Amino acid sequence: MAALWLARASSQLARRAARRLPPLPSRHGGEPSPWFLGSSVAAPPPVLGSPPLPPLERIARRGFCSVRRFAGESSAAAAAADEEEPENGFAGGGQAIDFPGGKVSFVAEMNFLPESHGERISCYRVLDDDGRTISGSRFQEVSKEVALKMYIEMVTLQIMDNIFYEAQRQGRISFYLTSNGEEAINIASAAALSIDDIVLPQYREPGVLLWRGFTLQEFANQCFGNSMDYGKGRQMPIHYGSNRLNYFTVSSPIATQLPHAVGAAYSLKMDKKDACAITYFGDGGTSEGDFHAALNFAAVMDAPVVFFCRNNGWAISTPTTEQFRSDGVVIRGQAYGIRGIRVDGNDALAVYSAVHAAREMAIAEGRPILVEALTYRVGHHSTSDDSTKYRPVDEIEHWRTARDPISRYRKWVQGNDWWSDAEESELRRRVRKELLQAIQVAERMPKPPIAELFTDVYDQIPSNLREQERLLRETIMKHPADYPTDVPV
Amino acid sequence: MAAAAASSTLHGVGAVASPKPRSAAPAAARRSARVAAVAAKGGAGPARGRLVARNAVAAKADEAAAAAGSKSGGHEVLMFEALREALIEEMNLDPTVCVMGEDVGHYGGSYKVTKGLAEMFGDLRVLDTPIAENSFTGMGVGAAMKGLRPVVEGMNMGFLLLAYNQISNNCGMLHYTSGGQFKIPIVIRGPGGVGRQLGAEHSQRLESYFQSIPGLQMVACSTPYNAKGLMKAAIRSENPVVLFEHVLLYNLKEKIPDEEYICCLEEAEMVRPGEHVTILTYSRMRYHVMQAAKTLVNKGYDPEVIDIRSLKPFDLHTIGNSIKKTHRVLIVEECMRTGGIGASLRSAIIDNFWDYLDAPIMCLSSQDVPTPYAATLEDATVVQPAQIVAAVEQICQ
Repeated sequence: MAALWLARASSQLARRAARRLPPLPSRHGGEPSPWFLGSSVAAPPPVLGSPPLPPLERIARRGFCSVRRFAGESSAAAAAADEEEPENGFAGGGQAIDFPGGKVSFVAEMNFLPESHGERISCYRVLDDDGRTISGSRFQEVSKEVALKMYIEMVTLQIMDNIFYEAQRQGRISFYLTSNGEEAINIASAAALSIDDIVLPQYREPGVLLWRGFTLQEFANQCFGNSMDYGKGRQMPIHYGSNRLNYFTVSSPIATQLPHAVGAAYSLKMDKKDACAITYFGDGGTSEGDFHAALNFAAVMDAPVVFFCRNNGWAISTPTTEQFRSDGVVIRGQAYGIRGIRVDGNDALAVYSAVHAAREMAIAEGRPILVEALTYRVGHHSTSDDSTKYRPVDEIEHWRTARDPISRYRKWVQGNDWWSDAEESELRRRVRKELLQAIQVAERMPKPPIAELFTDVYDQIPSNLREQERLLRETIMKHPADYPTDVPV
Repeated sequence: MAAAAASSTLHGVGAVASPKPRSAAPAAARRSARVAAVAAKGGAGPARGRLVARNAVAAKADEAAAAAGSKSGGHEVLMFEALREALIEEMNLDPTVCVMGEDVGHYGGSYKVTKGLAEMFGDLRVLDTPIAENSFTGMGVGAAMKGLRPVVEGMNMGFLLLAYNQISNNCGMLHYTSGGQFKIPIVIRGPGGVGRQLGAEHSQRLESYFQSIPGLQMVACSTPYNAKGLMKAAIRSENPVVLFEHVLLYNLKEKIPDEEYICCLEEAEMVRPGEHVTILTYSRMRYHVMQAAKTLVNKGYDPEVIDIRSLKPFDLHTIGNSIKKTHRVLIVEECMRTGGIGASLRSAIIDNFWDYLDAPIMCLSSQDVPTPYAATLEDATVVQPAQIVAAVEQICQ
């Protein structure tokens, strides 16, 4: 009952607070409409993986931040509050009406919900720009071993990206795309997961696979499409996949993996596994229909999915200002009834902590969580893109140097005396050497044989494909000069 | 999957002639078939006798030969019940089989195929989804990649066009592009075809659109017997299978065996053996063909009617044997003329059996128009028995 009182008290406080606030200037600079009563108060600080609040406190908190400018309660808060409250009494001072979906209180004044909160949802961060933990920050502790592994893999990812990119420029592979600037997202999120968690990537998350144990040679094999590639040479470079490491094969169309994640989580739920599904996508991916429906599904089905958005500011040449009008992506979680957090994506410790907490909530409570990691796509979209055509070079340089997640994290690791400059150069030298060797080996390895052109379309080769294979072999036999010599028939 | 495949290629549903004894397939349980009239919705317009086939063919109950190998009498079911029986049996046998779609749970499905399943298996295994075909199909793909065997229902096949991206780019492809690491044993099913005044968007024939997708298998059921058998086979298949049901056939009644059986996904069904012409058809058009067959027999023709059932891949073995015997082919389909199953089938026959043909292959298809609402117009867009009779007469000249 105390909680009930608290709800009522804070909602009354909210209304009084709302009336005192000055109106927000309208978008077009004119007089705000009489129905639009004003600006907002800041949203409450994000929940840091603490145990879930009991329902009424959650409502009270939501009531305080979302109601701000109405005479009555926001319908969502009211409807939720009403479930707990006695039929006849309602803090709103009005009566509740019954509709499908629950009770809502009604108001005599017409007020439109504003299009934005005024102030953006704040961003969780642990390390400052100099790699020092911000005083008072709460984060998930990591052991020295894990912390070092995270650093080493971030550097490895960076070097791998640079060398494969160069290889494409040299014509040795046909395509590549880098994760420059997003190394913290890649590695720190992976570090917070267990190997049983199912990963459904978009395409800019090879670091997750790297963390799980995919070797440089295996990466190279896929990029060169040779006979050792697990994909049997069938996909473009960077479309990695490994069922052994629970990393679903990359599929190019944007955001199609989001409903897959809900399906995978559904499967985990059926098996009652202590694991979640995590799916990655960019800011552009949130415009796809699959984003909307997957989040909605996951919420309705209480699916244990972590939806991880890498908001890196760019979808090829489309900046986020042209992608959506909302306050980024985290704000949309609420629309679906999904808990969310905005995190500094270039802060390895923040990403680690957020994913750690998100995962726990997803599994323990059987709910989806939305994580929006703010970052910057330092590299071009891919080797088919030159981003200097649509954004200033000095902006790219700024993010590549001053805001680099790796050097920032390095400062923290070295600050703990866990790393040294000597080890740094040794690491970089070693990784570079390994990579160049892996590329050489991958390049020299034969391509998959012709027979693999027709396998795995179905579980068994059907007669029509057998026929097509036969015809192809005949043609190759008759005209060997027209076919590459390094492809086994 | 060495299931007791009562490969039923030689069902003689002798509607018009006494079936010739067949030496092969002794285990094929001949079943008596009393094909009831298709539920006639508020019949618009007078049935002008021969022109408009409002009812499916009614076969005489005592027509079929004595059941060879059938242990018990069997039981009568309607087509939607047969599909449901298949689902229940497979869900009981294999805990990874699950159903997802709109209104499949407590509502029991728009055509009652999943009626009662949610009560039996719980509403996690029989999952009601929000309205987003692309996404629940995608969800099915993800679940399948993780080890489940989902049966995804499109409330109407036409709505699955929204799921085309997931079906083509992921469902059909991921087994291949992952190098065989992930398989997608999903069944995608739903009612399609031209119904009774359902309007253009509810009268789509998706088999045309899907037939190109590599990695997909497609089957069309047409009787309660093959509906149950194909559904079971589709669920057991390791490949993604699209099972095409027809809006107008759900109330067909037939006696099916009590014992368990499955139908082979890649096999065609011999409906009526004959000598003069091979008529290849599937789904609802099978009944128009059999109606026409009655007339043809009266006129002295002996058509061989094959329900191809497997739309991708074609059962060229059965089809080829028939062509080698009759040398004349008529394809009767409900797809539109352009780019339909008939077009591909024609091409496959020419490639493989050109030397056996005595006449050009004829193909009767629906008009290349969106299906109109008005009943008379709608009837004119699909192939009617009279056209089939005329086509056979022309071929056999």
